[in-house]
Amino acid sequence: MTKLEFMQGNTASAEGAIAAGCRFFGGYPITPSTEVAEAMARRMPKIGGVFVQMEDEIASIAAVIGASWTGKKAMTATSGPGFSLMMENIGFAVMTETPLVIVNVQRGGPSTGQPTMSAQGDMLQCRFGSHGDMAIIALSPDSVQEMYDLTVKAFNLAERFRCPAFLMADEIIGHMRERIELPDHVEIVDRRPLEPGRLPFEAGADGVPGFPTFGTGHRVHVTGLTHDERGYPAATDPAAHERLVRRLVDKVENARHEIADYRVTNPEAEVVFVCYGSPARAVQQVVSDHPGEGLGILRLRVVWPFPEHALAEFPNARLFIVPEQNLGQVAREVERHVRVPVISVPRLGGELHTPDELVRAVEEARSA
Amino acid sequence: MSFDDWLRTDRLPHIWCSGCSNGTILNCTLAAVDAEGWDPDRTVFVSGIGCSSRAPGYIATDSLHTTHGRALAFATGVKLADPSLNVVVFTGDGDLAAIGGNHFIHACRRNIDLTVVCMNNLIYGMTGGQGSPTTPLGALSTTSPYGSSEPAFDLVALAVAAGANHVARWTAYHVREVQKAIQTGLRTPGLSFIEVRAGCPTNYGRKNRLREVTDMAEHFRTRSMVKAKFDRLVAEGRPIPPDTIVVGEFVRRALPAMGVAP
Amino acid sequence: MRRELRLSGFGGQGIMLAAVILGRAAVMYDRCYAVQTQVYGPEARGGASMAAVVFDDSPILYPEVTDPDILVIMSQEGFEKYGTIARQDAVMLLDPGLVHSRPACRYYEIPATDDARSILGKVIVANIVMLGALVASTGVVSRDAIERAVLDQVPRGTEDLNLRALRQGYVRGEEARG
Repeated sequence: MTKLEFMQGNTASAEGAIAAGCRFFGGYPITPSTEVAEAMARRMPKIGGVFVQMEDEIASIAAVIGASWTGKKAMTATSGPGFSLMMENIGFAVMTETPLVIVNVQRGGPSTGQPTMSAQGDMLQCRFGSHGDMAIIALSPDSVQEMYDLTVKAFNLAERFRCPAFLMADEIIGHMRERIELPDHVEIVDRRPLEPGRLPFEAGADGVPGFPTFGTGHRVHVTGLTHDERGYPAATDPAAHERLVRRLVDKVENARHEIADYRVTNPEAEVVFVCYGSPARAVQQVVSDHPGEGLGILRLRVVWPFPEHALAEFPNARLFIVPEQNLGQVAREVERHVRVPVISVPRLGGELHTPDELVRAVEEARSA
Repeated sequence: MSFDDWLRTDRLPHIWCSGCSNGTILNCTLAAVDAEGWDPDRTVFVSGIGCSSRAPGYIATDSLHTTHGRALAFATGVKLADPSLNVVVFTGDGDLAAIGGNHFIHACRRNIDLTVVCMNNLIYGMTGGQGSPTTPLGALSTTSPYGSSEPAFDLVALAVAAGANHVARWTAYHVREVQKAIQTGLRTPGLSFIEVRAGCPTNYGRKNRLREVTDMAEHFRTRSMVKAKFDRLVAEGRPIPPDTIVVGEFVRRALPAMGVAP
Repeated sequence: MRRELRLSGFGGQGIMLAAVILGRAAVMYDRCYAVQTQVYGPEARGGASMAAVVFDDSPILYPEVTDPDILVIMSQEGFEKYGTIARQDAVMLLDPGLVHSRPACRYYEIPATDDARSILGKVIVANIVMLGALVASTGVVSRDAIERAVLDQVPRGTEDLNLRALRQGYVRGEEARG
């Protein structure tokens, strides 16, 4: 059973979080993500959850990490400037294997940039923005429905892999209102508790240790320092550092097939759009309007870890076209994995690519 | 149990220098939680970065050693998410008053039910003796080689003004008073802030004519003045030596608080 | 069939709310598809305000309005920005008390603000009068749907006022279309 609603994307993300079991939200107001916090402020007290407006985004993510260690599913939502402030503690969450969800409703940057306009300029920042080698999971919704569905999925992935999961939305999807079907039941993944007899940071074959929730007698030490399997600092032990960082990266990167989530349209196509987020709506319009012209779509619902195997779903591809609201951040990643030309179609300024613009890009690429 | 039972003995010896006050303050804190009968399985110690912030790593409870300056924000999340946990924060002057200043103000304003123990050694110890927001005017550090030209923060006044329910200051010389103040803090709903002046012979004392451990203890003993006497001298218009450390309880009140266990 | 609607006026007129009500009417009560978008500026009141709605009976791919079939214009500034570029076969509803220019396309003059003030006694319901006129003259959503959506979105205690505003709009819309 589902319930029909006409809802804003940001509200849908909050509702998805609640459906996934989120019971702690720490945040700071920032356009264009604020409606997520407002929805959480209304909803959390009514379902036994906690909403707290912190003094800045650094504190927001810190509080979310602290809450997660008590066993609560926890989330924050922000946009560019706040996201930049969160970077250090995102690394802390990676290092301490803290499950949490960060919604980034992307706006135009750098700096204050375009607070009310759409962008996808933080796609590499979420992947590489905090210092050190790491791996994270990032999803990108292209509809209000996916603001809900992929927020649920972000929680499930964060809990499963014990790492930050990002919902990399954009202003267009965050602010638009459209039809959504709210399921009365969603699949929920809970973090696996630490198994008796195991050290707190001792992982099994999948590289993901069980979770020693605070207050349950594990007496675990959690530190952002390089640590051994006991959780004790081992910051000057080269082997311990390499072992830890490789595990933190491998547990996500080696699971790219399990995490991958993409939609293929016309796998026989010769010209293939690779897209995510709001530009995917323009792409789908173009392909729908031009049937039989050899156009295909690879729409990424999970962007990181990058599902390079998905590119092989198009055996006839002669050309990949990547429209993004940035100067080609994911296009560069596509380029690393294919031997045919990759055309980046950037759109800065905050507006969506028009279908005409994409048709022109196809024509130009074909005639080149 | 005794406070020894609260230690992660497999993590000892600790990293602190000989003569450092942090071990003393750790002992006072553990004696306090032990005397209050807190359950180690339901107690979380949280810290940021710096010498002080290594303390939770030596305590056999759940412990969260976080990023520089942010301990109070992390602790806020822990305590609001599960108010039934007992949460103590260890911090230092650089961690709390410089990079974490904003979180300090807001944790006091929210009056979150935390006990915050600040090991104030007037210096950045871990990075080798740079000036901090509590380094006294004129004091030498590696980043104030000609004497600090910046006025210092009064952490106690800050905590009182920002709304904490319990605020005290002592020195590492006053071990009984420190333990007692922490116990009061543990019992007080809302935020309790205990500043403990800590000796750092290695990085502060060496540059400021307090090189020997006994010099520092003597300094604390002779320069401390209990708040009642200080208030009386002020009222009488009598002179007060400039390097006086005013000690005692500055406030104990019952303002609305957050994160208090039901 | 896809239909694109643009509404423009100034902040405080309820342009955004009108767009939300329309989208809600289409999705919840006419059981079709709609996407509502808007231009966000830093001003909460005053300043130009623009919202857009795409309607379709099948899922909507491209969510933005590029070349609207229908325009609702409630300020001269809105006219200058969007009205002058309206395509020939578009239809425009404009408030003649607020807009002095006239477009090249077909248009209906709907005195929504005057009616709200003089007939309904509350200028704040001008947007609802305009919605009624829009529904009566273009049929973008059904009357049943718009009434239910209005009731969903307006503050408790104002239901009657808003329904009267809507029905005043129906009258204006029918008159205008002839």
